[in-house]
Amino acid sequence: MIDKLSWIAVYPEIVLLVMACVIAMTDLFVKSPSRTPTYILTLLTLGVVALLNGLYAQGGQTIYAFGNMVVSDSMGNWLKCFATIAMMATLVYGRPYAADRDMLRGGEMFTLGMFSLLGMSVMISGNNFLVIYLGLELLTLSSYALVALRRDNATATEAAMKYFVLGAMASGFLLYGLSMMYGATGSLDVNAVFKAVASGQIKHQVLVFGLVFVVAGLAFKLGVVPFHMWIPDVYQGAPTAVTLLIAGAPKLAAFAIVIRLLVEGLLPLAIDWQQMLAVLAVGSLLLGNLAAIAQTNLKRMLAFSTISQMGFVLLGLMAGVVNGNTLSAANAYSSAMFYMVTYVLTTLAGFGVILLLAREGFESEEISDFAGLNQRSPLYAGVMAVCMFSLAGIPPMVGFYAKLSVLQALISSGQTAHIAMAVFAVLMSLIGAFYYLRVVKVMYFDEPITATTVSAPLDVRAVLSVNGALVLVLGLVPGGLMALCANAIVQMLKT
Amino acid sequence: MGLLSLAIWTPILFGVVLLALGRDEHAGAVRWLALVGAVVSFLVTLPLYDGFKLDTAAMQFVEKSAWIERFNVNYHLGVDGISLWFVLLTAFINVVVVIAGWEVITRRVNQYMGAFLILSGLMIGVFCAIDGMLFYVFFEATLIPMYLIIGIWGGPNKIYAAFKFFLYTLLGSLLMLVALIFLYTKSGGSFDLATWHKLPLSGTAQTLLFFSFFAAFAVKVPMWPVHTWLPDVHVEAPTGGSAVLAAIMLKLGAYGFLRFSMPIAPDASREWAWLMIALSLTAVIYVGLVAMVQRDMKKLVAYSSVAHMGFVTLGFFIFNQIGVAGGLVQMIAHGFVSGAMFLSIGVLYDRVHSREIASYGGVVNTMPRFTAFALFFAMANCGLPGTAGFVGEWMVILGAVRFNFWLGFGAATALIFGAAYTLWMFKRVYLGPVANDHVKALKDINAREFLMLGLLAVAVLYMGIYPKPFTDVMNVSVTELLRHVALSKLN
Repeated sequence: MIDKLSWIAVYPEIVLLVMACVIAMTDLFVKSPSRTPTYILTLLTLGVVALLNGLYAQGGQTIYAFGNMVVSDSMGNWLKCFATIAMMATLVYGRPYAADRDMLRGGEMFTLGMFSLLGMSVMISGNNFLVIYLGLELLTLSSYALVALRRDNATATEAAMKYFVLGAMASGFLLYGLSMMYGATGSLDVNAVFKAVASGQIKHQVLVFGLVFVVAGLAFKLGVVPFHMWIPDVYQGAPTAVTLLIAGAPKLAAFAIVIRLLVEGLLPLAIDWQQMLAVLAVGSLLLGNLAAIAQTNLKRMLAFSTISQMGFVLLGLMAGVVNGNTLSAANAYSSAMFYMVTYVLTTLAGFGVILLLAREGFESEEISDFAGLNQRSPLYAGVMAVCMFSLAGIPPMVGFYAKLSVLQALISSGQTAHIAMAVFAVLMSLIGAFYYLRVVKVMYFDEPITATTVSAPLDVRAVLSVNGALVLVLGLVPGGLMALCANAIVQMLKT
Repeated sequence: MGLLSLAIWTPILFGVVLLALGRDEHAGAVRWLALVGAVVSFLVTLPLYDGFKLDTAAMQFVEKSAWIERFNVNYHLGVDGISLWFVLLTAFINVVVVIAGWEVITRRVNQYMGAFLILSGLMIGVFCAIDGMLFYVFFEATLIPMYLIIGIWGGPNKIYAAFKFFLYTLLGSLLMLVALIFLYTKSGGSFDLATWHKLPLSGTAQTLLFFSFFAAFAVKVPMWPVHTWLPDVHVEAPTGGSAVLAAIMLKLGAYGFLRFSMPIAPDASREWAWLMIALSLTAVIYVGLVAMVQRDMKKLVAYSSVAHMGFVTLGFFIFNQIGVAGGLVQMIAHGFVSGAMFLSIGVLYDRVHSREIASYGGVVNTMPRFTAFALFFAMANCGLPGTAGFVGEWMVILGAVRFNFWLGFGAATALIFGAAYTLWMFKRVYLGPVANDHVKALKDINAREFLMLGLLAVAVLYMGIYPKPFTDVMNVSVTELLRHVALSKLN
């Protein structure tokens, strides 16, 4: 018997699913090439979903629904809310770009976007290994199709192929790891697995063997070294609008499943997975930052920058349990969550500017395409500069506070190894500052190669300005978002 | 809103308005708005001096409100005798710099003026912050406008200079960030400076902290041997940028030593004082000699800045009243004098577009009024009695003699180098017959330049003749600082 509460818990997902189908149908009757009715309907739906998730998150209740299959908690609802908003911004930025490239013909971008968001929501709410896996597959399958949306474009098709092969392998890893866990504990339920592992009755070797595969699968999805190979190629090859769709909202879902699987499910194995994350983090920081220096393609540079930023997130995740003590766990995981949310916010604005500068037949993805942007449009140059300074972690942009909270989580553990990691991360972010500054240099110090004025539709202009301003304003008053992340994580840990 | 908040946010607000609304089509209005902004920002700092109580070492005009509650970071401002003058100095130099950029900057005027106004507000924030994280945010945020100023309006090699400036100083401050978080953890979750001053720390912890702070502040001062960024940056930066860099930005580092290194790690400071003194003395003597052989005027003044800042750090680390106060006076004096030196070079550069000493000669024949100013500032740079430059150097030497005769002797000898390189440059540029057609065609300074140099000349002269208002403000705070540093914090 499914109780009423269960339906309430998944209400946003139901709205999303129904509307995705409705919009797919509606689009059949839309004739305009820019798909305005579909676009507006999609944005309205997403707005409602974001609002619902936000209200649920405000309520702060934790509901287990459908026999523990899914959970609706404050952390999940906030992440879903942010992911939905991120998807809205992605669609706003991406529509003119997609329209110029004949990618809107069947309205698939909107429908697939909504289905990928549904996948993310399921991942975030999943409280069962299989549900999480199903959500993941829904997300990735939609993404594969989206990357391949420009059928006649060789690079995009190649990127889709690479993405598909590597993504399928990652899913395989994850599934294999999860099945090992199932074999060892006899349950797919995250809470039951936690209890079984914590009981100490289960053979450690089996668990760790499974854990290796779970972590590898998650590392693929996050895109951290040495499972990062797909990131640069897919980021560069995919149409920029789709790159943003992959680079933005899904990171929040990836963060959520890391928390669901590793923290909620396998916290008793923290000593083991923290070591693995440490290795991944060091590798990502090193390779991401060093490789980014050599890039001339902005999308590729941002891909390597993502790798290094994910390294930072992992640093936050690996500082939770110190000597078997979970006192600092809330601090550490909320710093990672804050990092992820602000990273997505900044990435959105950065790609927004790239999309804005792209015109029909011109991709604007080389760093040199940004030359003299300040003279062509001070506003957009300003937005991009704010994003670059934020990613580099320079105050007063929000990216600084993200780095600060992660470093604080590391240092407050008091472990020499952690402090050494913090110093290492800080030195790596110095290298990072170099290539972010180079973008600022190109925009502000170089002379423009074209005098074309930059023009954008009103919706793009408005959203981009707000997005850029948020990166700065959240830097001036970061307290609210930090407290929100902290509360969400504290609640998650309590249950 | 308190006076300090007003001092910080007034220029920033004007700067933001300029960035948002300014267009090159109405550059004239932009300039006037910038000037109004700078003057208003200076005026709002004056009540600080007026209302400052001389008999207490406690923080005054304190403002405190929660900022980031999760990390217990407060928006906590206050000034004492050490920081008060720098607030006024920053706001004053900002006015001068806006006047200096009046005719010279013709493209993107609003961004130029906006950057300087915002930079000025941020630097005042550094001097007023008494919360560790707030200090760091202001300290780092100053890099952004300066990077843009150098990179957009700088000389031919500006990009190299802008990157060198940003990355060099960022490296130092990132290590300080780790130190700040370490202190936060050690003190049980507080970024409050007063709490940190009282916090007992082990010897190793103090040494590590001392060197983390050293990394940030020594680069900023800059001390020998991490001074190499300064000449490169000064050469490429626009005149206004050089003036602000030399006059204020270098002081952020020296100020950091007094506010962070010495009171937080007093035992380590005393233990490593020999190193600081050695580095300072090297800066004074060796860099003084290096300055002598420069062919580029800006480079020469840049090296002279390093030497003068060597006096400042020397004064700080001999731990006596007159030395520390002398260092502070020297900082303020150097703010006026080095600013004036760079602006003078700017006056010549705007006309001839060369910084080479060899391109000039006999300027006095065509620009007599300007040469009078230049001579006056050159004298101040050598430390002639009656100018601001003399007071600080004399106090530091006096302090050094008390500490150790030979140290004082060494520092005093170095004054000769200072006189040598400054006067030799003056001779080659200004005196003698007219060297070439460029010099022949020079026009003397106009009213705007006269005003800009005149303001600084008055300040230099006033401080040289009657330094009492400056030293009175400092005395109590310096005594308290020295008393605190003398106590051991080892646990």
